[in-house]
Amino acid sequence: MSKKHHLAMNVNGDDYEFLCETHQSLLDVLRDELMLTGTKEGCATGDCGACSVTLDGRLACSCLVLAVECEGAKIGTIEGMARGDVLHPLQRNFLELNGLQCGICTPGILIAARSLLERNPDPSETEIRYWLAGNLCRCTGYDKIIRSVQAAAKEMRGA
Amino acid sequence: MSAILEKPGFNPDRKYKIIGTSPVKHDGFDKVTGRAKFAADFFLPGMLIGKFLRSPHPHAFVRKIDVSRAEKLAGVKAVVTRDDFPELKPGTGGGDMSRIAMAREKVYWEGHPVAAVAAVSETIARKALKLIKVDYEVLPHVIDPVAAMAPNAPILHDYLRTKGVKGPDAEKKTNVVERLELSVGDAEEGFKEADVVVEHTYDTKPMHQGYIEPQSSVANVSEDGQVELWCCTQAPWVYRDRLTEILKLDSAKIRIQQSELGGGFGGKTTFYTEPVAILLSKKAKAPVKMTLTRVEVMKATGPVSGTQTRTKMGCKKDGTIVAADSELIFQTGPYTGSAFTNAPQAMFTRYELKNVKTVSYEVVSNRPKVSSFRAPCVPQAVFGVEDVVSELAKKIGMDPIDFRLKNAIKEGHKTIYGETFTKIGFIETLEAAKACDHYKSPVPKGQGRGVACGFWFNRGGETTGTVNLAPDGTVNIILGTADVAGSRMSMSMMAAEEFGIPVDRVRSILADTHSLGYNRVTAGSRTTFSSGMIVVDATRKIIAELTRRAAKIWGVPEDGVIFEDGHCRPASSNVGNFEPLSMKDIASKTTYTMGAISGHSEMNVTGAGPGFGLHIVDVKVDRETGLTQIMRYTVVEDAGKAISPMQVEGQYQGGAVQGIGWALNEEYIYGADGKLQNAGFLDYRMPVASDVPMIDTVIVEVPNPKHPFGLRGVGEVPVTPTMAAVGNAIGECIGIRPRSLPMTPPKVLKLIEEAEAKGLLPKH
Ligand code: FES
Ligand code: FES
Repeated sequence: MSKKHHLAMNVNGDDYEFLCETHQSLLDVLRDELMLTGTKEGCATGDCGACSVTLDGRLACSCLVLAVECEGAKIGTIEGMARGDVLHPLQRNFLELNGLQCGICTPGILIAARSLLERNPDPSETEIRYWLAGNLCRCTGYDKIIRSVQAAAKEMRGA
Repeated sequence: MSAILEKPGFNPDRKYKIIGTSPVKHDGFDKVTGRAKFAADFFLPGMLIGKFLRSPHPHAFVRKIDVSRAEKLAGVKAVVTRDDFPELKPGTGGGDMSRIAMAREKVYWEGHPVAAVAAVSETIARKALKLIKVDYEVLPHVIDPVAAMAPNAPILHDYLRTKGVKGPDAEKKTNVVERLELSVGDAEEGFKEADVVVEHTYDTKPMHQGYIEPQSSVANVSEDGQVELWCCTQAPWVYRDRLTEILKLDSAKIRIQQSELGGGFGGKTTFYTEPVAILLSKKAKAPVKMTLTRVEVMKATGPVSGTQTRTKMGCKKDGTIVAADSELIFQTGPYTGSAFTNAPQAMFTRYELKNVKTVSYEVVSNRPKVSSFRAPCVPQAVFGVEDVVSELAKKIGMDPIDFRLKNAIKEGHKTIYGETFTKIGFIETLEAAKACDHYKSPVPKGQGRGVACGFWFNRGGETTGTVNLAPDGTVNIILGTADVAGSRMSMSMMAAEEFGIPVDRVRSILADTHSLGYNRVTAGSRTTFSSGMIVVDATRKIIAELTRRAAKIWGVPEDGVIFEDGHCRPASSNVGNFEPLSMKDIASKTTYTMGAISGHSEMNVTGAGPGFGLHIVDVKVDRETGLTQIMRYTVVEDAGKAISPMQVEGQYQGGAVQGIGWALNEEYIYGADGKLQNAGFLDYRMPVASDVPMIDTVIVEVPNPKHPFGLRGVGEVPVTPTMAAVGNAIGECIGIRPRSLPMTPPKVLKLIEEAEAKGLLPKH
């Protein structure tokens, strides 16, 4: 039996060490080894965005990243989005504007939307729709997701 | 019959404080922080991982399964095959369910489970699957339902005889499960009165429910046979009762806890991993988790019936529809259970029709067994009906909504399936559609506009629930129905309204199957209606008890106390001069002396109000590529009373966009080898955010008098007219209406060429 790899990475500001098999994805490790189950698996092939995280500041599908590539990486997941009791404006607007129904797509969409607003604080509706085109939602028809992102963006701009 | 069913206490003049607002869902917080526990988020110490071995063939005898090498692999704790399932007669409900869970004599579709392994890691489980040897005798297969009806088609089940057929054909081996005729009046005579007749044929493709959360379950069977099961399901009690049937268990020994549900849309009303996880856990003597991959979800769960239909309708010059005639073929996968009978019942139920003939067939073929989806089997039939209706309107030169208004049913209508409607809101829905901004604004240049209507029965059914009042005056509600999009919050709101307390003083949870009696599946737009009825009934029982206790505290007769706004008050000054008692006052004073204050209710809820909707859509079709773009979309639908308007809008929008996917992209593609070629989200393309515009909504409120707050179910209707509306819009845009789903660019391009050749292509 081949031995596991011993790695270290930082998730949401906390240092973690873990063992993983060569074929395990970052998503597998987050969920099954670190028990950070807020990041979801919808397809494991990069087609649904439920597994979205940030990897050294860039948006990534964690199902497409091998865990062994993450030595020393800085990962951002949904668990690190709120600051203590204070929800991120995106989180709060999704709640207030019903940007979620079942909620399985929500962590991935929130992480992706945060990445968008970091790059573009004032995106148009079309820009939001194209940025989130990698995140499937089967419940909402996207309308209230887009509105939630627009409202959060406005709030964060202080407009 | 429970009193509330006869006297729901609906009051049209009631002023609501909470109903009709859209407070933040209590379960939403955990969903935006990643804490919510969906099925795959559940772990137990010592938990093993279970994996399926699936058939590579669409149709084959399973001669022999050799698991000996797999069992010997270090780390493998259990292997399960057909031999581990109790044998149940084929062609029975239990026999079919058992064979869907694990193949027995034959495999019937590519992806049919033939064995499963539980091991200490997923890697070892996968290795073990490769060590299992299955000896198949491959048989000819049939995928298409029309081909499956042909005389020389490969027969799936030797025992099958068509139900509803008389004469010599009744004894023939067949793939046709049933022939169902549902008619009223005399269609043939009716057509004689018609000035205009329109008839077309249609085909729709199977689509997948497309929930983003793959099925997952954790089973833990103790040495004495107690089963604990955690899973994502729309139907915990139905799972329990079917699992006890196919695994021969006592209900008392199986406890199912539903997790948060990551989408279902009907697809999680039936189990896949659960019976196998239970058998693996029993053998391995450890908890076993089984999570499907997306490929497994596509190949072996869902999808929805594809159909071939023919629909003919005729009307007089004044717009009166005089007759309708339809033939419908539904594919069901290898086993019956498509709910196809909904289609003939619902397809014309909007219009006042004296003469209707429908003949429907359900056909087996070598595809995964279909599962429910929003308004099962109805949208496929409506795809044709609403085309014919719009074409009739056009032929006699009438506005499509006016034409529908002319034929619209109202209160007192007796349906083709025998129900007589009380107050319904179809006319109001049509009028609201006519009056909405979208319909009033001109069709933008180069675009086409389509409208189509839909109907769904809405359901009630067996439901139970408990409401508990705590000594501090807060309330918790225990529900048996699953929460697919926010129904817990709607229940909390209804209880808060009835008590007259803030909704933050109320919390609702989803029970396990040991905590309540039987609850029917969450489906058919029944949950907010049925569980709502239970919650209001239980709440009223608590109010009655509070009144009794207040009377006791004050030493006055019970009828001297009234309850309003969360307080017991003296009914009049004659009763005495008492300070009002809050729910907290009474509960804190009496819980420790007289016992807890709880209300429980269980009933077969009746009185669901039927739902009607109309969709308006503007599309643009690229004449070079055939690509259809949805430019503007409006859903108009009667909700009876929207408990939480934002949640109702969410149902309308979500249903419409699922329908847009079904209309334009989604289909199961099979090769000649009978294998599914697009088992993943890349090739099975559901709508993404950039495919659709905002979806406007108009909530019509024609109260259902049978419900305390007047509500109707809202979840199914929004998908019923979508494909028809999009099809009608494309037809307006290019001059020929597509009649085959999905309306992909290559198909539309062909129609554009045809329209051009025939001089039908509109100039713009
Ligand atoms: S799970 Fe990674 S994109 Fe779907
Ligand atoms: S809310 Fe259910 S998938 Fe997006």
